[in-house]
Amino acid sequence: MSEQVSSEKVQVSSEKIPVTVLTGYLGAGKTTLLNRILSEPHGKKYAVIVNEFGEIGIDNDLIVGADEEVFEMNNGCICCTVRGDLVRILDGLMRRKGKFDAIIVETTGLADPAPVAQTFFIDENVGRKTRLDAVVTVADARWLNDRLKDAPEAKNQIAFADVILINKTDLVSLDELREVEARIRGINPYAKVHKTERAMIPLKEVLGRNAFDLDRILDLEPEFLEGDGHDHDHRHDHDHGHHHDHGHDHHHDHKHAHHHRGLKHYHDEDMQSISLRSDKPLDADKFLPWVQDLVQKEGPNILRCKGILAFKGDDERFVFQGVHMILDGDHQRPWNKDEKRESRIIFIGRNLPGKKIAEGFESCIA
Amino acid sequence: MSDARSDTISVVERTQHVAAGAAIVGAHFLGRTAVFVLGEEALLFAEAGGDVRRMDVHGGAILAAASDGACIVSGGDDGNVVTTDVGSSRVLSTDPKHRWIDHVALGPDGAVAWSAGKTAFAQGKALHTFEAPSTVGGLAFLPKGFRLAIAHYNGATLWFPNAPQAEPEKLEWKGSHLGATVSPNGHFLVTTMQEPMLHGWRLADHRHMRMSGYAARVTSLVWTVGGRWLATSGSTQLILCPFQTKDGPIGQKPRLLAPAEHRVEVVACHPKQDIVAAGYGDGLVLLVRIEDGAEILAKKPGDAPVIALAWSADGTLLAFGTESGEAGVIDLA
Repeated sequence: MSEQVSSEKVQVSSEKIPVTVLTGYLGAGKTTLLNRILSEPHGKKYAVIVNEFGEIGIDNDLIVGADEEVFEMNNGCICCTVRGDLVRILDGLMRRKGKFDAIIVETTGLADPAPVAQTFFIDENVGRKTRLDAVVTVADARWLNDRLKDAPEAKNQIAFADVILINKTDLVSLDELREVEARIRGINPYAKVHKTERAMIPLKEVLGRNAFDLDRILDLEPEFLEGDGHDHDHRHDHDHGHHHDHGHDHHHDHKHAHHHRGLKHYHDEDMQSISLRSDKPLDADKFLPWVQDLVQKEGPNILRCKGILAFKGDDERFVFQGVHMILDGDHQRPWNKDEKRESRIIFIGRNLPGKKIAEGFESCIA
Repeated sequence: MSDARSDTISVVERTQHVAAGAAIVGAHFLGRTAVFVLGEEALLFAEAGGDVRRMDVHGGAILAAASDGACIVSGGDDGNVVTTDVGSSRVLSTDPKHRWIDHVALGPDGAVAWSAGKTAFAQGKALHTFEAPSTVGGLAFLPKGFRLAIAHYNGATLWFPNAPQAEPEKLEWKGSHLGATVSPNGHFLVTTMQEPMLHGWRLADHRHMRMSGYAARVTSLVWTVGGRWLATSGSTQLILCPFQTKDGPIGQKPRLLAPAEHRVEVVACHPKQDIVAAGYGDGLVLLVRIEDGAEILAKKPGDAPVIALAWSADGTLLAFGTESGEAGVIDLA
């Protein structure tokens, strides 16, 4: 007997639809950015999940209204939360798969990005068909510093971000702009920061970032070490601080200035990042239980973590990333021959016990 | 491969294939006509003779559908609730704000319920509305009277639409409840949760029952004939929770049948015998006899999960549909 299969069968695409989460405190310019994304001639269609139907209205796109419903998981963990409305809406949207290329979730100004992100890791139906691309935070150049003092939500949004737009730069002086950037770096040195007026930014800088893709965890250097857009700072410091070096080690000098003088260094009172590294191989049987235990205990305080690990007797890079208590990790690729087998991990969070974490990490060395 | 079930008795050759051409999200029977619910816009009517006819019923995604064997009620992202029989369809209601119709349910005496966000609607002789404390996760009528169970965050509510002065009965259990079903005898309400577990209440005394141990969120839960078992998806086995006694599954062991490589995605219970059709993530469909776990192969694994299964009222036809639009009707007579 032969089993006939319909020739009209639709193709099941294994491609997951990327989802970009757009956050930012009230009035920072989220809607401006969203309108820009929707109205540029990119030839793509977006499904947009918004909280209020406002001034968005592009015929081509699918706009869905949402009520931000944050639901606790019934597992005794207070930080294990999902956006219940997203579970429902994404399921509905996927019935129209093929009608759009990507999904954008705009959160309210007071939203914590974590439940949105966790939805993609906790709900299997959501995770099977869509993937979190990046958390993009729009910050108001003029008011962010004040909000960091009085609005914990604003600080969470900065700490959680993969991409940060310091928007409305035309409304502040250069000193004020440097001040706000330094404040942002004090909280989250790893996000890609852009300075914008009226949210003017090439769309490739905010969409298609693959920030949660384990394969893309390549570089855990603080973003500001890469020196893009800091020419002014560099020149300034160079002139003042390093006359004696000038001439014989320009390259070194350059790096050096960025490390220590390129930006004012602020340490936020309660939100920090911790970066640890070891060039000695780690013991996987020690590290994995340790990091699991750490996020179980400190999960509510750990907003994001990432790591690239070199395990003893393992010729592949192991990468992981996490949101609060949820960890996602896997082998990524073999270590290259000329590559330094170094383990690096970062945590961004609130009141993190730095000494304890550093000691724990040390104890995992094989 | 074990899931080819090569030694299993097969009814695969009795399949009449249906060219759906689109993802299928549900299946029902109106008499001997199999009706496939597509993910977008239309219902497909597959007659026993092989004729297939399409009827457009929504202007976008079809988010929910239910049937009592006489008609199909569907809800869409166009804000419409549509009722369809073999010949025609009509819009029963349009949400004034064009909100998505997330859930629909059919009850005794032609009662229809649906929900849009936090608002539940019940249409009997008149239209009644109820504001749930959070977005409605699921709806189920009780078998007698005009009474609706509404699942939501942190529990469920039993609502008497005809008695607005009566305080709705609250059933509390922490967590997000995403689907609801009431046993055919009306004694038990069971909800599926965001976590891979079920929660149940004995309605007489609100006694709780938890059914956990699933590998994934349970998305399909159906009572076997007479309500003796609750057949469920969410595991690489067909899991049956026992409801033969007044205590339901409390203190009883579930029955685990038809283990396979992939998880059960959808179940459908035979209307007359203790037989369950189980559709798996790899496209396999098995008919499983509860008594001894005997299996019959109804569909071989394919390229996509089975999403929809339905039996005709006389139990002689089984309709299946997959996420990739593979569909068919198996004649078991």
